[in-house]
Amino acid sequence: MFRYTKFTAVREVLVWVVTLIGLLPLYILVATALKSDKEALSSSAIAPPTSIDFSAFVSVLTATGRNSIPMSILNSVIITGGAILGLVLFGSVAAYVIARRTRKWTTVTYYLVLIAIILPAQLGTVPLYIGARSIGLTGNAFGMIVLWVGILMPLSVFLYASFFRGLSTEYEEAAVIDGASPVQAFFRVVLPLMAPATGTVAILAGLIVWNDFFNSLIFLGGSTTQTLPVAMYTYVGGLVSAWNKIFAVVIISMIPILLFYMFAQKRFIQGFAGGLKG
Amino acid sequence: MTVTIEKDTTRTLTVPPKARRTSQRPVRGGRPLISYGQWWWALPAILLVLGVQYAATLTGGFFAFTNWTGLGSFEITGFDNFAKIFADPQLLGAVWNTLFLAFGSVIITNVLGLLFALAINRTLKTRYILRTLLFMPVVLSPLAVAYVWKFIFQFNGPLNGFLGAIGLESLQKTWLADPTWSIWAILITVVWQQTGFTMVIYLAGLASVPVEVEEAAALDGAGVWGRFWNVVVPAIRPSIAIATTLGLIQGLRIFDQILALTGGGPAGATETLATEVYKNAFSLGQFGFGSALALVLTVIILAFAILQQYVTRDREVGKVS
Repeated sequence: MFRYTKFTAVREVLVWVVTLIGLLPLYILVATALKSDKEALSSSAIAPPTSIDFSAFVSVLTATGRNSIPMSILNSVIITGGAILGLVLFGSVAAYVIARRTRKWTTVTYYLVLIAIILPAQLGTVPLYIGARSIGLTGNAFGMIVLWVGILMPLSVFLYASFFRGLSTEYEEAAVIDGASPVQAFFRVVLPLMAPATGTVAILAGLIVWNDFFNSLIFLGGSTTQTLPVAMYTYVGGLVSAWNKIFAVVIISMIPILLFYMFAQKRFIQGFAGGLKG
Repeated sequence: MTVTIEKDTTRTLTVPPKARRTSQRPVRGGRPLISYGQWWWALPAILLVLGVQYAATLTGGFFAFTNWTGLGSFEITGFDNFAKIFADPQLLGAVWNTLFLAFGSVIITNVLGLLFALAINRTLKTRYILRTLLFMPVVLSPLAVAYVWKFIFQFNGPLNGFLGAIGLESLQKTWLADPTWSIWAILITVVWQQTGFTMVIYLAGLASVPVEVEEAAALDGAGVWGRFWNVVVPAIRPSIAIATTLGLIQGLRIFDQILALTGGGPAGATETLATEVYKNAFSLGQFGFGSALALVLTVIILAFAILQQYVTRDREVGKVS
């Protein structure tokens, strides 16, 4: 009954029209960024650039100073990478113990983690800032990584725990019978089997950390270590209607995420549809 | 560690049921056949969660009742901060804006997301490409997206250009500097970015609708609307609960887009609790007062999250019985 009919074809065309209109802002973004300074001001937003001009990108990438874009990209990469590493390492081992061992304290810990997922982060921001400042964790990448690992740990533990619960214990049993230590059984047998969970944690955490503005603004505020969104905010604040340059920064901030998205869009979408169900 | 097992040396090991210890069937007090890691493996994660989440939140709750400015000593001022919040029209406006953006974005993104999901579900040949394209805005940074829309909404931007082209010059305005329209501009920006997210949740939900039931309903003479209401909606009820809860929690915390689009202006018309927390605590150094605002936001978020759980659970129970 759900066959492809004339009406389905009409519907398909209609959805495409709506989708393309919906994505017009992205077209405007790319078209404007590729215009020269003069053309960006004078031409219509919908008009394609008369000649492809990368000068906006060049001036963005060569701007120096405290909030230089290349430096902030490096900072963002370090912080995002470090946070993912910490979340995968500490989150997976914690979730493993919590999911596999059936003691009272593991149940209590699991609920502690669940509640922390719902707990809104806003109220903790001020004390966290003061605490982090007093032990030197503000204004540097290491402190930011520690904060992110703490902030997103409940998500990581929750996701890993639900994957571990679905994994039969026979794999570790086989490994242990073959003489593996608990560490070996976990890192060489269990964790490799958890690749889908690791992928989900990495994608969700990576997106949150890479795109974050609020926490970076507060915890790195005023320091020389800036993440890309904060550098973008500062950079754009200094430009008035130089939209080709503004959009060049915006595009540069989007490229890494979009590249990942192209290669792993299925995992992204599944991660969001299934992973956030907590 | 490479272990090569010769074929003829393999034996079938049968573990007697009594000796088995899996997480599914715990035997309390008995020693496990193997130890699943060490208990201290969970320690770094537990300490971080306790410190970053629980200790920080509880301290924040305490600060909310003080007049601390981040330096020196402070006094416990009881409910003074809250009295001040609820006597200040601008802050009450921020509460209203927070609720407006949250509910506005939840309603619109859920309606649009469900429509898109229904439109591309099952039969369309290009549904995977469409899904990829429609989900794309979700992965982008909210700040970056806000700058794109700032350009669209500016006075000589594409939106006014479009209105002029179709002969509606009278509607042209500086959208982001208009006290009534600026909040709608922020709402549109948020909706544009979040619709793909609800769509994906609904697509996952729609995949669980049994085709046979829908076909049977159609054969029994149920129209499109009847099938939607009586077959599809009950099946995607969990998706509705997830999409609205997550959307509401996210909507109540909107911050990046406001800072990029209006900075809270014109004249505080687009301030939300999140921007007020930031301004009072971190720009003005009013840690106590900022914490009080954060506590108001937290209470609102928790109240709606719990209410949402209660409402959706109640309906499910009612459906079964």
